[in-house]
Formats: sequence, C-alpha cells, structure tokens
Amino acid sequence: MPLFQKLSDLKNEDFASPWANDGKSRLYTENLSLSIHGNRILKNISVELPCNKITCIVGPSGCGKSTLLKTFNRLIDMTEGVKISGNVFLGNENIVKAGFDDLTEIRRRIGLVPQRPCPLPMSIYGNIAYGCKIHGVRKRRELNRIVVKYLNEVGLWNEVKNRLRSPAVGLSIGQQQRLCLARSLAVEPEYILADEATSALDPQSSKIVEDLFVRLKEKYSIVMVTHTLHQAMRIADYVIFIYMGEIIETGTADEVFHHPKHELTKNYLSGVFS
Amino acid sequence: MEWVMKALMIISLAVVVFAAVFIIFTIVKKGWSCITWEMVTSLPGNGFYIGKSGGFLNAIVGSLYIVLASTLLGLIVSIPAVFYLNVFLKKSSKIASVARLAYDVLFGIPSIVYGAFAFSIMIFIGMRTSLLGGIITTTLLIIPILIRSMDEVAKNVPSELYEASFAMGATRTETIRIVLRQILPGIATAILLSVGRAIGDAAGIMLTTGFSDTIPTSLTQQTATLPLSIFFQLTAPQAEVQDRAYAAALVLTIIVLLISLLGRFITSYFSKNKI
Amino acid sequence: MLSWRLAKEKVMSGVMFFITCASLLLVVAMGIGLCLRSSPILSEISLWDILSANEWKPAKNQFGFFPFIMGTVCVTGISIVLALPVSLFTALFLTEYSHSQVRKFVYPVLDILAALPSVIYGVWGTLIVVPWISGWLAPRFVSEYTSGYTVLAAGTVLAIMILPLLVSMFVEIFSTVPGEMREAAYALGSTRWQLSRRVVMKKSLPGIFATVVLAVSRALGETIAVLMVCGNLPQVPRSLFDACYPLPALIANNYGEMMSMPLYEAALMLAAAILFIVVLLFNLLSRIILKRVED
Repeated sequence: MPLFQKLSDLKNEDFASPWANDGKSRLYTENLSLSIHGNRILKNISVELPCNKITCIVGPSGCGKSTLLKTFNRLIDMTEGVKISGNVFLGNENIVKAGFDDLTEIRRRIGLVPQRPCPLPMSIYGNIAYGCKIHGVRKRRELNRIVVKYLNEVGLWNEVKNRLRSPAVGLSIGQQQRLCLARSLAVEPEYILADEATSALDPQSSKIVEDLFVRLKEKYSIVMVTHTLHQAMRIADYVIFIYMGEIIETGTADEVFHHPKHELTKNYLSGVFS
Repeated sequence: MEWVMKALMIISLAVVVFAAVFIIFTIVKKGWSCITWEMVTSLPGNGFYIGKSGGFLNAIVGSLYIVLASTLLGLIVSIPAVFYLNVFLKKSSKIASVARLAYDVLFGIPSIVYGAFAFSIMIFIGMRTSLLGGIITTTLLIIPILIRSMDEVAKNVPSELYEASFAMGATRTETIRIVLRQILPGIATAILLSVGRAIGDAAGIMLTTGFSDTIPTSLTQQTATLPLSIFFQLTAPQAEVQDRAYAAALVLTIIVLLISLLGRFITSYFSKNKI
Repeated sequence: MLSWRLAKEKVMSGVMFFITCASLLLVVAMGIGLCLRSSPILSEISLWDILSANEWKPAKNQFGFFPFIMGTVCVTGISIVLALPVSLFTALFLTEYSHSQVRKFVYPVLDILAALPSVIYGVWGTLIVVPWISGWLAPRFVSEYTSGYTVLAAGTVLAIMILPLLVSMFVEIFSTVPGEMREAAYALGSTRWQLSRRVVMKKSLPGIFATVVLAVSRALGETIAVLMVCGNLPQVPRSLFDACYPLPALIANNYGEMMSMPLYEAALMLAAAILFIVVLLFNLLSRIILKRVED
C-alpha cells in the first residue's frame, strides 16, 4: 500500500500534542543591545511581541531587522564576534543571559521560516519528521499523523501526497517554502519568525504564503521581517519600525501606517528612503 | 610571437596527453602479452622466483586486505575530524585553519617517510613487519587524503543548511546527519581517491609489511602487495619472472583506472542532481 | 530527555575534538620519532660531517650523505626543469586559449596521470625510458656506454609524475585572475599571449612559485619509480648519463640490512628525518603563500 493511502486515513484524526505547551509565553526584550565586531547593530531595544498577532518589523535594509529576528531564536550565535547586553525573555526565562544553553528547546518554541527556502537533503516526509525526531517523537504512527497534519495545514498535502518519499529539493520553490513552514510548525512552536519569507518567491506563491500566515495567526504568534511595505500593510496587526538599530516607533498597523507620530516614520512611509 | 607561443602550448598539451597514452599503452601491450589466467588465480609455486609456475594471487589479496582495512580505519578517524572542523568549529576559527594547514602538510609528506616513521615505532614497541604494520602505515598515509578531500566538499555546504537545521532546534551532533547526507557523494569520491592511493603505494608498505608467498591468515604475518610484487619480480633476472611483473602491473593499472573512472562518474552524476 | 541530548552533544564534541587533535599530533609525533631514532648517529658524527662526507661504507661506520643528497637534488632539479615549461604552457592553453571541450578531454587525462601508482611509472621507465637513453640518446652525447639507469631517466619519469599536480594547480591559480582584468587587457588591444604573459602570469607569480615549491617537495620524496630507474650507485653524478642514488631510494633499499647495526638504522632514520623536515618546510612555505593568494 502506498504511503499516502496509509497516511490518508489519519487525515482527520485528532491527537494529543507530544509537547506540553502550557499556554502562551510572552516574548519580549529589555534594553537589548548587540554589537558585531564592535559595530553596534541594535541599540536599547525594548519591545514586546504580542501573541496571536502578525507583527511586522519594517525598516530600511541594514537597519538590524534580521539581526533582531535572529536574536530571538539565538541563531545569531552562528555569527562571529557578537556581543549581547540586555535581556530577551521567553516566558520567565532570559534566553540571552550567560550560561543559558537550552537552545534546542528555545528553537523548538520559536520556529523560523528562512529567506530562501532550504529543504534538508532528505525526503518530503523526512523534512517534516526531522524536527519531531530530534525532539523525541519516535513512534512511527505519531510521526505519520504529524506529517499529514502539517502538510494539510500549509495546503501541500494534495500536491505532494503521491511523492512523500521523493527528495524535497524536487519541489517548486513556492512549495519548498511552504514545506519549510510546515517543518517549523511540526514541532509546535509558539512563535514563528519569518525573515523576508516571501522575497525569493514568485507573486503567486508569495500570496499563498501570506494567506497562510494570516490563517495561522489564530494558533501562533508570527513575527515577520519584511521590506515590502505593501506586504506589511496587507497583513500586519502590529508594526515595529527600526532605523539604524533603534526602535523609532511601535504600534498597531493602523497607528503606525496611518497616524505615524515620528518624523522618520513619515519619511519612510512616503518612500523618502528605502 | 603569438603563433610561436600558441604552437608551444599545443605541443606541451600534446606532450601531456601523449605521456598518459604512452604509459597506458606500454603497460597494456606488455602486460597483455604476458598475462595468463593462472597468474591471477594462483599462489606462487615452487621455484616461482626463478621462473617456475605460479601466480601472484597472494599479492592481489594482500593488497585488498590492506586497502580495505586501512580505508575503514581511516574513515573512522577522518569522518569525525571533518565534521568537527565543519560543524563544530566556526568558519573562520583559528583551530580549523591551523588544522587544515597541518593536514595539507601531512598530505605532502612522502610515503617513504610514513613508512620509516611507522617502522621506527614498530621497532620501538617490538613489533615485526606484518600485515598489521602495513595496515597502520597505510591508514596514516590516507588519513590526510580522506580528510582533505571530504573537507573540500564539506566546506561548500551552504550555511543556510546549517541555519535550517539549527533553527529546528537540532544540536550540532544532530546536524551532522544532515551534512552527511549532503556530502555523501563527496565522501564516496574521497574513499575512491584514497583507495587508489593506498593500493598503489609501495614505499610505505615496503618497510612495514614485508613479503610472503602465501595469503596471510593473521595480522601478525607478513604479506605480499601488488606494487611490491611488481617491483621484486621486475628486478629478477629471468624473463619469465619479469613477465609476471608486467602482468601484475597490468592488473594494478586496470584496478586504478577503474577506480578513477568510477570517481569521475560519481562526481558528474551527483553534481547534476545537486540543488 | 533534553539533558541527555546536551550530554550527547558534549560527549560527541569531546570525542571528535580528541580525534582531530590526535590526527594532528601525527605531524609532531613523526618529527619527534624520527629525530629520536636518528639521535644515536648524531651523537657519534656531527650532522655537518654526515651531510658533507662522500663515503658510504656502513660496515666501516662511514655514513656520508653527500652523494645521496646530490642525487636527490639532481633528479628533482631535472624533473622540475622538464616539467615546469610543459605544465605552464599546458595550463595557459587550457585557461586562456582552449574551448571547454578540450578541457573536458584533458582533465580526465590528468586524473589518470595522477592516479597511476608510482610503481607503474617505474615499470614504464624501465621498459621505455631506460633503453631509449642507453640505446639512442646517450651514444649521441657521450662516448662510453651507459646502462640507461641514469639521473636523466629518473628525472624524466619524475617530471611526468609531477605534471598533473603542476598543471591542475596552475589552472586553478590562473582561473582566479579576475575576468575584468582580462577584459581590460583585451580592451587595450593586447593579444592573447601578451595577456597571458603580462597579466595572467604576472598576477599569478606568487602562486606559480608556491606550486613549484610544492612540486619540488613532492618530487623529493618520490621513491619507487625513481629507485627503479636511477641506477642506485652512491656517487655524485657528474653528467646526465651518470647513475645516482637519491635519499628515498637509500631508505627503501636498505631497510632490511640495517637491523643488525644500530648506527646504520640511525643513519637511515636520519635520512628520513631530513626528508621529513625539508618536505615539511617546503609544504608550509607553499601552503602559506597559496593561502595568501586565495585571500
């Protein structure tokens, strides 16, 4: 029996989460400053990322948006010469304090959708099961359920059900990005970080991904970095405007886009600098 | 000036190609006229070295033993080293660059020095020349080859792949599996490269393995190898013995060419299917 | 669960670090080992005396390395002199002049040359080069008979052995010369050869030097192929048609006999130690230059 038929039966089955997610944890920073090789990239960032909302971080390129995003899941550790001061809290834990080494759990709770889709060199099934396996889900049946559930969640199931065992690199780039999203969702994160997740996609695929984000915010809190203002205007609930490593303005989309308080924000929105 | 130089270049290129063709042609022609089925399937008989009956199966099997065992041992050392350099250390790490330099240097050390070193160690601990000695020497010899060629591939794994794995919450240990899948073809070609080198090496083995007319049954026995069998038979005065050297040279050449061909095939086949 | 994963990570990291270090220590261990084993002879005869003495009579405790060193130098020198122009021109042709089809055909050929074991080169040398020198070349230049097992034979065989290394490294170095520079030179109306000489070769000079150093160190250590065609007479070669006896051949030929005499063994270990140190220094030099060039 082909894999997809075996899995199809699991489609509507509900099951208990393998992870104990006790509600939503707050993700916020206090006086976060960050320098790379002595260059200050982020200065005194204090911000809270609201739950079950789409938060867009906007600002000109090179202003530190991506760095801020990478600080949340500590992927910034891969960059060299980084010095961090201040705090980043997820729930009660300061995830940037010295001696904090529970990175794997942080990264499970805060998923990432990368700028360019980067499928792992394994099958479509394997891509989604990978995260669950490393985080301790071993039972075949449970893995099957997870794969079906999250492929459905991102609307890929019907497109790929016949080739679950074939390499993920064979998918189109839009499908790859949705696969990456499903891969992050499969470990049941609370937050999803998206670093210009649609910039490498064609307009149609990027529309699909955008719609997905809007749908997903019921269950997850989404933090997006984007430099297309129109995208932010379309889907953001909450906006953070960063300029030269500093937070200039934060607020709901309506506040920031239609009633900006700060001169820099107004200039940015009117396209004076991009 | 222009055309003189161009002519010189074409002549040079012709010399290179001609040399390769000439060598292969010579070995094949000479070997083909000497080789018999008996030579590759039988052990040396009585009076083998004065031209009586027998073959060099002992050398073929001995070479295979040494190559297989040392490749296996070499992989056990080199795979962790490659992953340590690429997954555990950062791209611009000082340790990594010193280590790479050291492997480059080790790669350049001639096999006779490996042989002399291993031999001196063996004398020191009271070991005699044996199959084990040959395996250890060859292992030392191919470790830098394995590490260098696998590292070359591992260095080119895109950092996005690491990020993707780490962002899932994978530890470095778990990320190794991902990188492993990505560089599998590279590992295969590295293995072929080192097998080719190991099977053709004579200088290192000469000092540590000895020679025998039988297939070894334990690690402490001496054993024959193909290159040494060629060398010893060629230095014999009898034409019959020399003929067997040419036959053995043909066998060795065919093995090495097949390995080289397979390596090329793997590289081109997999580079087509890469992302 | 989690602590187990982190513990595994720590353990793996430790084990892998240990293996990496252990494999690196091989360089150090080799140096120390060879020096220790060669110390007996150095305490009896000074290093300078060994290096400069002409007499090689182990039975009389006379260990003069001079003929062997000269043999090594001559063979290596000839091989570089023969191989360098050929490989430079070939590499220039491949990078600057040829179509990609030619390259597709030549690279496998280089691969094959690089893959052939040195004993095969030795067989080829004794079959072709040695008779050719003794029967055709030598009579035209010298009056007395030569066996053909000469410095020239060893140098020729060695030259072909280092060709693939030289060509492939030259090609790599030449192709790092940026395309803009080529375009600029063409735009000024230079011909291909002018471009090759003035721009490509000039720009790659440090790389060419490093490659030659690397090839020299490779040639210094080549054993079996040279041993089979060099004649193995401990004398300082006076002409291209004299036999010689390079250091690696000395080690390889005498490994069995030396067991009974401690000084003999030490002398051979000293030969290996000298080779090791020279090759190590040459390699370091070359790799450091190459790394500079890359950056």
